[in-house]
Amino acid sequence: MSTVVPAVPEPAARAAQSPFARIASDFVANPVAVFGLVLLALIVAAAVFAPLISPQNPYDLAQLDVMDSKLPPGSKSPNGGTFWLGTDDQGRDMLSAIFYGLRISLMVGAASTVLALLVGLTMGLTAAYLGGRIETLIMRIVDIQLSFPAILIALILIAVLGQGTGKVIAALVTIQWAYYARTVRSAALVEKRKEYMEAARCLALSPARIVFRHLLPNCLPPMIVVATVQVAAAIALEATLSFLGLGLPITEPSLGLLIANGYQYLLSGKYWISFFPGVALLATIVSINLVADQLRDVLNPRLSR
Amino acid sequence: MQSVVVLFVMSLLVFVGVYAIGNPIDILINPQADQIDRERAIAALGLDKPLWEQYLVFLKGALTGDLGRSFVHATPALGLILTRMPATMELAIAAMLIAVVLGIPLGLWAGLKPNGVAGRTIMAGSILGFSLPTFWVGLMLIMVFSVMLGWLPSNGRGPTMLLFGLVPVSFLSWEGLSHLVLPATNLALFKLALLIRLTRAGTRESLLQDYVKFARAKGLSNARVIGVHVLRNIMIPIVTVIGLEFGSVIAFAIVTESVFAWPGMGKLLIDSINLLDRPVIVAYLLVIVTLFIVINLVVDVLYSALDPRVRLAEAKG
Repeated sequence: MSTVVPAVPEPAARAAQSPFARIASDFVANPVAVFGLVLLALIVAAAVFAPLISPQNPYDLAQLDVMDSKLPPGSKSPNGGTFWLGTDDQGRDMLSAIFYGLRISLMVGAASTVLALLVGLTMGLTAAYLGGRIETLIMRIVDIQLSFPAILIALILIAVLGQGTGKVIAALVTIQWAYYARTVRSAALVEKRKEYMEAARCLALSPARIVFRHLLPNCLPPMIVVATVQVAAAIALEATLSFLGLGLPITEPSLGLLIANGYQYLLSGKYWISFFPGVALLATIVSINLVADQLRDVLNPRLSR
Repeated sequence: MQSVVVLFVMSLLVFVGVYAIGNPIDILINPQADQIDRERAIAALGLDKPLWEQYLVFLKGALTGDLGRSFVHATPALGLILTRMPATMELAIAAMLIAVVLGIPLGLWAGLKPNGVAGRTIMAGSILGFSLPTFWVGLMLIMVFSVMLGWLPSNGRGPTMLLFGLVPVSFLSWEGLSHLVLPATNLALFKLALLIRLTRAGTRESLLQDYVKFARAKGLSNARVIGVHVLRNIMIPIVTVIGLEFGSVIAFAIVTESVFAWPGMGKLLIDSINLLDRPVIVAYLLVIVTLFIVINLVVDVLYSALDPRVRLAEAKG
């Protein structure tokens, strides 16, 4: 970034800061990114505290009344409350359903990202560190996989694995590990030639120690950026699969399923059943993308455009 | 050669995987049917044989262009997919056209005036285009243009006409065209955002190059500098991406087709997965993998035709 922001300390002072403090101060320099971060924090908080802040428990059938079904936003509920975002076909409060749906969408997104990150890191580092035939094999698989669109691979996997939360996560991991493997390998290949790696080898440290204590930490910045983008991609993909009726089970509706649920009522003008879960999904994806965009600039000046 | 291996491995993986799930008999046969009827049906579908034998039968058929018969429709799976293909192709081509016709000029504009209001608005719009989930945008398009305004139909293909007396297409009649508008726009949005970003980045880069400065120093008009010098140089990556993205448009058509009930191959795939119509699933995947391999090949050829550097390097080597 060429523009000088007064809030950022001078180079001499910056060196004394811890890397985390420097990253944090660079991050807040962009108000749009801060907005994204705040929005994301609110969304995560809504998901985590869903049972506390939701007006009703959308899974508890005893709290639902079919008489309340398909009420427009702002309608009064019989027990004195208000359905701020309306109700769905089973008389479920949409606001509560969205909070609980967010929970599931975020959980699936986060779980698949963490697992894919672990698999991708291991494969990528193995490829870069060992080289030779193993590297060729791993990278060939990555290349082939990345030449097909994610949605297609996801559908194949779901067709093969069947449906269910665990299987959707498995499918997302299978799709996403390739992105991490490719990123970490290219980062590791650059780092491998640096002097500190040579020094570590001269000290006769064990390969595991070299890879995990020396190589890995230096490959992390680009990985964090890719991981942030991929969380958003995972959430969007899960929503798409659920919308197509091939994702999560209907008993615990994620945002995608809520949207699919409202599809049939859309044509009769009852827009809110699909519209608001979609807004929640959109806000989640946009906020993550905004944070990722800024992280990219902060963590790696070479990548910034 | 590699592509043949990929095709073979895919067929094996998908075949084994698809055949490992569920039991299509449960869905296809009337639950009241007695044991003898069940067994007759199982034998008729070839499901009584061991898996490896089923695969060999399939492979033998595949080499002669026979990818098995659909359990549900009782017609050849390949034929079923091929009859649905024109609808998907029409949708994909229409979407790509929208993306190219709008994306390149908008990207060029944003690249020429990166700090102007219009440039910033275009970029913000493209970020939104990346973030919006396709299926939800589809629903919103239906909500606004079909339900609220009532301008455009929300589902189906409308009447089709034969193009060259062979291929049924929608775009030749007003009615068909009106059915095409919403799904094609929906499918185009993501690619539109991508093309805008790509064109903008290319434009900004090439504006700083010496040949642009030289062209300006020669006193050429602005239109000529941009139209000939800038545009021609950014066309190479753009054409590559358009080609490669065409495959992904066909894949993403699965979602759009489901939203707009567009009778293409993607909708067929979703229906087949739900009905466990194994031969159709396997055939669809093999068709689409073949399609991808062909597209990649065509892009490679186009690339060397467009980029003199690649052409010269090949001539030398």
